[in-house]
Amino acid sequence: MELDSKIPPGPLAQKWAYAKSHYKLVNPANKRKYDIIVVGAGLAGGAAAATMAELGYNVKCFVYHDSPRRAHSIAAQGGINAAKNYQNDGDSVFRLFYDTVKGGDYRSREGNVHRLAELSLNIIDQAVAQGVPFAREYGGTLDNRSFGGVQVSRTFYARGQTGQQLLLGAFQALERQIALGRVKMYSRHEMLELVVVDGHAKGIITRDMVTGAIESHAADAVVLGTGGYSNVFYLSTNAKASNTTAIWRAYRKGAAFANPCYTQIHPTCIPQSGDFQSKLTLMSESLRNDGRIWVPKKAGDKRAPNDIPENERDYYLERKYPSYGNLAPRDIASRAAKEVCDEGRGVGASGRGVYLDFADAIKRLGRPTIEERYGNLFEMYHDITAEDPYLLPMRIYPAPHYTMGGLWVDYNLMSNVPGLYVIGEANFSDHGANRLGASALMQGLADGYFVVPVTIGDYLATQMGKKVAADRPEFTQAIAETSDRVNRLLAAKGTRSVDSFHKELGTIMWDYCGMARTAEGLKKAIPMIRELRERYWKEVRVLGGEDEPNQSLEKAGRVADFFELAELMCIDALHREESAGGHFRVEYQDEGEAKRNDDDYLYVGAWEYTGEGKEPALHKEPLVYEEVKLATRSYK
Amino acid sequence: MNLTLHVWRQAARSTDGKFVTYKADDISADASFLEMLDVVNETLIAKGEDPIHFEHDCREGICGSCGMMINGTAHGPMGATATCQLHMRHFKDGEEVWIEPWRARSFPVIKDLIVDRSGLDKIIQAGGFISVNTGSAIEANSLPIPKQVQENAMDAAECIQCGACVAQCPNGAAQLFTAAKISHLGLLPQGQPERYSRVVKMVETMESMFGSCTMFRECEAVCPKGISTDFIARMNRDYIVAKFKS
Repeated sequence: MELDSKIPPGPLAQKWAYAKSHYKLVNPANKRKYDIIVVGAGLAGGAAAATMAELGYNVKCFVYHDSPRRAHSIAAQGGINAAKNYQNDGDSVFRLFYDTVKGGDYRSREGNVHRLAELSLNIIDQAVAQGVPFAREYGGTLDNRSFGGVQVSRTFYARGQTGQQLLLGAFQALERQIALGRVKMYSRHEMLELVVVDGHAKGIITRDMVTGAIESHAADAVVLGTGGYSNVFYLSTNAKASNTTAIWRAYRKGAAFANPCYTQIHPTCIPQSGDFQSKLTLMSESLRNDGRIWVPKKAGDKRAPNDIPENERDYYLERKYPSYGNLAPRDIASRAAKEVCDEGRGVGASGRGVYLDFADAIKRLGRPTIEERYGNLFEMYHDITAEDPYLLPMRIYPAPHYTMGGLWVDYNLMSNVPGLYVIGEANFSDHGANRLGASALMQGLADGYFVVPVTIGDYLATQMGKKVAADRPEFTQAIAETSDRVNRLLAAKGTRSVDSFHKELGTIMWDYCGMARTAEGLKKAIPMIRELRERYWKEVRVLGGEDEPNQSLEKAGRVADFFELAELMCIDALHREESAGGHFRVEYQDEGEAKRNDDDYLYVGAWEYTGEGKEPALHKEPLVYEEVKLATRSYK
Repeated sequence: MNLTLHVWRQAARSTDGKFVTYKADDISADASFLEMLDVVNETLIAKGEDPIHFEHDCREGICGSCGMMINGTAHGPMGATATCQLHMRHFKDGEEVWIEPWRARSFPVIKDLIVDRSGLDKIIQAGGFISVNTGSAIEANSLPIPKQVQENAMDAAECIQCGACVAQCPNGAAQLFTAAKISHLGLLPQGQPERYSRVVKMVETMESMFGSCTMFRECEAVCPKGISTDFIARMNRDYIVAKFKS
């Protein structure tokens, strides 16, 4: 397998301009002759589908929701970064680029990240033009706030619902194209297989979630914007349906899976309260602008938070990272929380929690200001925990939130399977080993609005006259395989629910491939996952039929793929004998700080599927740094 | 806590449905309403009975997927919340709870508590957007927008398209949903060029599928985002102005 990153030549700041000037073009009259399948309609998929339709392509867009506006991008709270430098605080495209590379612990591609930083400017313009109601100053100009891992204010926001508002911008653009007949929308359709013809991605197999019909769809190119795989942990901040199936099926059809072990554990989530719990709720990182994180100095201190005097509190982030304080990057803040809880200083009934305290901010700014900034988040916290965060500090704990790993793509966002593009969280490209806050929205929209609509032309221009029909044997075979899988799940007729298996898998992953990993633990986890997976196929109970709405069946297919992905994550985590960003190997650390090994691991680890039950093959794409000097990340 | 549930079960759009009674035992007061249903579903699966189908996804009150009539009220007794953010501490031990799908002719049942809300997307398709192709935007700060205008637009833009307004309305009207989008876009300077054509197209599409508004204002009472019926008045005003203009 050849992994050519196709980074354009020339100085970093001119690479994107160079690439755009050299891509092959499809002439406007010919664009309507090309069909493009877009799977997923979140920020990346929705933006891509709308924009490609505006350009004149025929787009077919598939989502498993009832409406494209339900994609999980909608739940992003805090904001979106852009190097506008409206605050005159010394921000620049280069600084956003640099912060992102450093925040990712030097495991991302310079070329991709610089393009992302450049495009951040266009995203804000585009969103405002669509009517996204970003927060504003009294003079009518746009307001900003700060996020973790940076020392400027470059985050644009719409109350605590930035993801919702940006997604609605993309959704409305998409609905406009649907009305114009440029996009055919397939809602309640789940992609279950990728179809590859003569080595090129030429279609997908879907299941109609109302009738159960398994159908083929052919196109000239396929774009996956299907999100991340944090739900492998069962409990995560992701929406319940978020899953790996689309990218996993593509992996099994030859697309390389890059850095699967790079997962982000977000530091500020509401702690778990019982076995019934179905998901973890994020409390936006923006809260760390004004909230102070602390635990009691003494282990086992069970006093109520307001009874613990100031001098018996440990504001551990401010103590350990004085220059970034409570705004240390996510991976660092999460590990620090785990560390104090492991020392027995955690708070709440379970002891797995730390305080996020707004008492000082309320004293300094007054309650109305805090209400204006975070009102909806405080309300949500109050609803869930029945505690009033205006009076008592919030209790928070880290939870799986985002996956930096994903399908390998080149600079043009095309995977190693020609014609298969992967955008947004589903690819691996921009965040290295740790993503900075407010950068996911930026990446999803950059990929969807500005990158893939341009780069896809370079591929399509070579596909003139190579259209395939959906009755080719590759499609009939893929349909047969998909139906067979569905029937095997229904035929197992075991005794245990899908969820019970998913929870058990999640516990293994959290214990051995979560915030802290060891070779010993990972070696234990792999056979545990395999054994549980075997039992799954024998003991799972999926009721109902295939030709009706069947939520158990939908879940069962997704969890089956999570099992396979979980194993690959552990294999990747075991092979990477260093700590980098969200991948923390206990053996490789400097007093709790991640210790990278640039001599041996300065590469993207891309895994190739080699067949059922066989070890995957590792391919390395070396990371070349021309602009940024490799250094130990310091936030002290 | 222990509860008795009466849940609407319906295998498909074309079949008849009925209430089926289930016990929900040992439910934590900290569980959400949907987590309570998860627990019930696990017991149903263990008994070999088809689990209750209901739509849900983010479980953070923002995606708008979930929604059901709980004791006759859309999203249940708490008010200003989506079903996923309703917690069991708002119920009493031993309570009987009646659970039904959204009640509206324009939302046909797909299965159990899942309904087809695609009519709402059609209203957006009629004009719920600003026509600006990617790439043609002007510099964001070259268009100052007064903070109060932006805040009002945001109040309307918060709608999660759950359909509770339609389900609760005795007429099955979608006025609050439609007015929220028309106001979000129509209040902002970016939305002015299409302001009057938008209101006509969206209102007429809405009227072709949903009931008419007679100002019961039950929509406002159940809206998870507390969207105000003032926006309906604003929509009606714009509609009349648009009609005079044409």
